[in-house]
Amino acid sequence: MNVPPHETTVQSGALLRIRDLHVHFHIKEGVLRQHQATVKAVNALNLDLFPGDVFGLVGESGCGKTTLGRAVVGLAPVTAGEIRFKGRSIVGLEGRAAFERARAIQLIFQDPYASLHPRKTVCDLVGLGLKLHHLAEGYEIDERVLAMLERVGFSIDHMYRYAHEFSGGQRQRIALARALVLHPELIILDEPTSALDVSVQAQILNLLKELQREFNLTYLFISHDLGVVRYMSNRIGVMYLGSMVETGATADIFRQCQHPYTRVLLSSLPSLDPDAPHRGILLEGDPPTPVDPPPGCPFAPRCPEARDRCHVDKPALEQRGDTPTHLTACHFPHLA
Amino acid sequence: MTEDTILEIKNLHVRFPIHIGTVRAVDDVSLAIRRGEVMGLVGESGCGKSTLGFSILRLLRPPGEIAAGKILYNGRDVVTMSERELLAFRGRQVSMIFQDPLTSLNPLFRVGDQFVEAIRTHEPRVKPKEAWARAEKTLQHLGIAPERLAEYPHQMSGGMRQRIMIGMGLVLHPGLLIADEPTTALDVIVEAQFLDLLNRLREQFNLTILLISHNLGIVAQMADRVTVMYGGRIVESGPALAVFDNPRHPYTQGLLASIPNIKLDQPELKTMPGAPPDLVAPPPGCVFAPRCPQVMEKCREKRPLEFNLSGMRVACWLYA
Ligand SMILES: Nc1ncnc2c1ncn2[C@@H]1O[C@H](COP(=O)(O)OP(=O)(O)OP(=O)(O)O)[C@@H](O)[C@H]1O
Ligand SMILES: Nc1ncnc2c1ncn2[C@@H]1O[C@H](COP(=O)(O)OP(=O)(O)OP(=O)(O)O)[C@@H](O)[C@H]1O
Ligand code: SF4
Ligand code: SF4
Ligand SMILES: [Mg+2]
Ligand SMILES: [Mg+2]
Repeated sequence: MNVPPHETTVQSGALLRIRDLHVHFHIKEGVLRQHQATVKAVNALNLDLFPGDVFGLVGESGCGKTTLGRAVVGLAPVTAGEIRFKGRSIVGLEGRAAFERARAIQLIFQDPYASLHPRKTVCDLVGLGLKLHHLAEGYEIDERVLAMLERVGFSIDHMYRYAHEFSGGQRQRIALARALVLHPELIILDEPTSALDVSVQAQILNLLKELQREFNLTYLFISHDLGVVRYMSNRIGVMYLGSMVETGATADIFRQCQHPYTRVLLSSLPSLDPDAPHRGILLEGDPPTPVDPPPGCPFAPRCPEARDRCHVDKPALEQRGDTPTHLTACHFPHLA
Repeated sequence: MTEDTILEIKNLHVRFPIHIGTVRAVDDVSLAIRRGEVMGLVGESGCGKSTLGFSILRLLRPPGEIAAGKILYNGRDVVTMSERELLAFRGRQVSMIFQDPLTSLNPLFRVGDQFVEAIRTHEPRVKPKEAWARAEKTLQHLGIAPERLAEYPHQMSGGMRQRIMIGMGLVLHPGLLIADEPTTALDVIVEAQFLDLLNRLREQFNLTILLISHNLGIVAQMADRVTVMYGGRIVESGPALAVFDNPRHPYTQGLLASIPNIKLDQPELKTMPGAPPDLVAPPPGCVFAPRCPQVMEKCREKRPLEFNLSGMRVACWLYA
C-alpha cells in the first residue's frame, strides 16, 4: 500500500475533506420526555481522506462513527461545518447532485438486514443501481451482477432468491456486492464484515483490497475489530465522543500510539489463547454521553493521566511527535 | 439423557421450502448441552447456526419448518409443545439474543417500554416502574446509561442496540441463553464487559449458554465445549481446548488457519478455496468434499459417519 500522503498538504489532494463538522440531534429526555436535550454525536471533527486511502475508523460504541459516515452521504443532519468531496461542498445536496453523489460515494450500512428489501431478488437488489445510473442495460446487468456475486462467494443458484431467504452473513455480502458493482470512488464501509466467519471474512477482505488496488478506490473503513483494521488500512483514525483524537499511518499508530485512549483500546486486543489472563484495561468511570460532552478534553473524565488543564482546555488534533502525519488531540501525549 | 443435560437435540431436520426447491438448513443434527456449560457453535456464514437456534425456541422464520427430530429441554419436547406452552417457555426458560437487533426491536416503542412489556408478560405482578428499574440495572452492567431507556431504537448506535438485545435476553434470568452473534457490533471494551457479566450470571444462576459466534477469540475464551457446523451438519464437537489446539476435521483446520493474526503484518489473508455448498442441492456424500484438501473417493459417495476420538466427535472418513 502506498505511503500516506502528507497530512498538511490537505488543501490540494484530499478526496474528502471534513472541517469542524458537527452533527447534533435534538431529543426529548426523561421518562416523561419533558426536557429537550442535544446529542452531539459528531462534535468539531476534522478528517482528510486521500485518493487510494484505506482509512480505518475505530472507537468505542456510540462515539459517532456511523453518524459521521451517514453525514457524508447526506443521511444525518449537518448542524455546522464543512464536507468537501473533490473540492466541492456536498452538504445539503439535492436532486441531480445528490443522485450523482450516490454513485460516487457508497455507504454500506452497519445493519445489513434493514438495508435490503426482503421481497426483492438478489439480482434486482444488486442490479438496480446499475440500471438507475445507466451503467449497464438488459442482459449486461445480469452478467455484471453475477460476476460480482461470484466474487463475494455466491453462485448463479443464488441470483433469483429473495433477500429474506439469506443468513446474516450472506445479507452482508449482498449489501457489499450492491455497492461494489457501481465502482464508486469512495466507499464507506460500516462494520462490513462483522457478521462473517473468519474464512468468509478473509475472502471479503482480500476482495476489498483487490478492488481497491484495481480501481484505486478510497475506503472509509469503520470497524471495532483492530485486527481487521490493521490488515486493511494504511491510515487509522481514533474517535472518542464525537471527535477525532488521533490519526496517523497504521504502522505508526501500532508502533507508538500517543493518545491515552488509543492505548486503552490497543491494550484490549483479543487473543485466541484460552489461558491468556483477563484481557484489557477496563476503563473506569461512567460511559460518556454525547448529550453533555465535557468542556475540556472529551476523555478527561475517564483518562488515567488527566491533569487540571485537561478539564478546561480542549486539546487540538495536531502533530505532537516527530512524524508530521501523526496527529493527536492530547496535551500530554505519549511520545517515544 | 443424563442427569445434567439441559438440552438435547436429536436428529433434527429443518427445511425452508422456497420457490426453487428446499433448503436443508439443518440436516440431521444431534447435540447435547450440559447444565451450566457454555457451548460454542461456530461455522461458515449460512451453515445453519441461527436456524438451529431459532428451532430451539420454535421461532423459525416462515417458510421454515421442523421436518423431523426432537428438541428436549429438561426432558420436555419443544417440537410438540402447543403455542400456549411455548409462550411460557420462551424468554423464561430459554431466551435468545437475536443476531439482528434492528428488526427484532419494535421501532415504535421506547426501549424501556419494550423491557417492561417483556418482563410483565412473564411476571404480571411486577409493577411497570419496578420492571423499568430492573431493565436499568441490567443495562448498566452493559455500559448503557439509565436515561437512554427513554429513547427509541433508531436513536441508538449499532452497538447500543445490540446491548439492548443482550439485556432483553438476560433480564428474565433464563435457564438457557442462546446468544446469536452477540458481540458483532461491540468494541473490545464493551465486549469484555459483556463477557464479565455472562461469567457473573453463570456463577450466580448457573446459566447455560449456547454461544453462536464467528469470533473464535471469544469462543475460545468462554466456551467449555465447541461444536462446528458446516453445510447444515455438525462436523466436529468436543472440549474447546481440544478443538482449538488439535482440530481433527479438515473444515475446522481450514477455519482456524484463516484467522487474521494481529501481531503479524500479513500481506494476504489465507482463505479456503471454493464456495460453501448450496443447501438446496448439497453434494452427495460429505458436504465438505468439493473443498476438502484430503478428499477421498468414498467421501463423494457416502455421508461420513460420526467417529469418537477420545472425547471428540468427528464426522469424517479420515477417522474410519
Ligand atoms: N427464511 C428463509 N427462507 C429460505 N432460506 C433460508 C431462510 N432463512 C435462512 N435460510 C437459508 O438457510 C441456511 C442457513 O441460514 P442461517 O441463518 O441459519 O445461517 P447462519 O449459520 O446463521 O449464517 P450467518 O453466520 O451468516 O448468520 C442459509 O443457507 C440460508 O440461505
Ligand atoms: N437519530 C438519532 N437521534 C438521536 N440520537 C442519535 C441518532 N443517531 C445516533 N444518535 C446518537 O449519536 C451517538 C453516536 O451514534 P453512532 O451510531 O454514530 O455511534 P457509533 O460510533 O457508530 O457506535 P457503534 O459502534 O455502537 O455502532 C449515540 O449516542 C447515538 O445514540
Ligand atoms: S488531554 Fe489530558 S485528559 Fe485528554 S487524553 Fe490527554 S492527558 Fe488525558
Ligand atoms: S469425509 Fe472426506 S471430504 Fe469430508 S472432510 Fe473428511 S476427508 Fe474431507
Ligand atoms: Mg455504528
Ligand atoms: Mg446467523
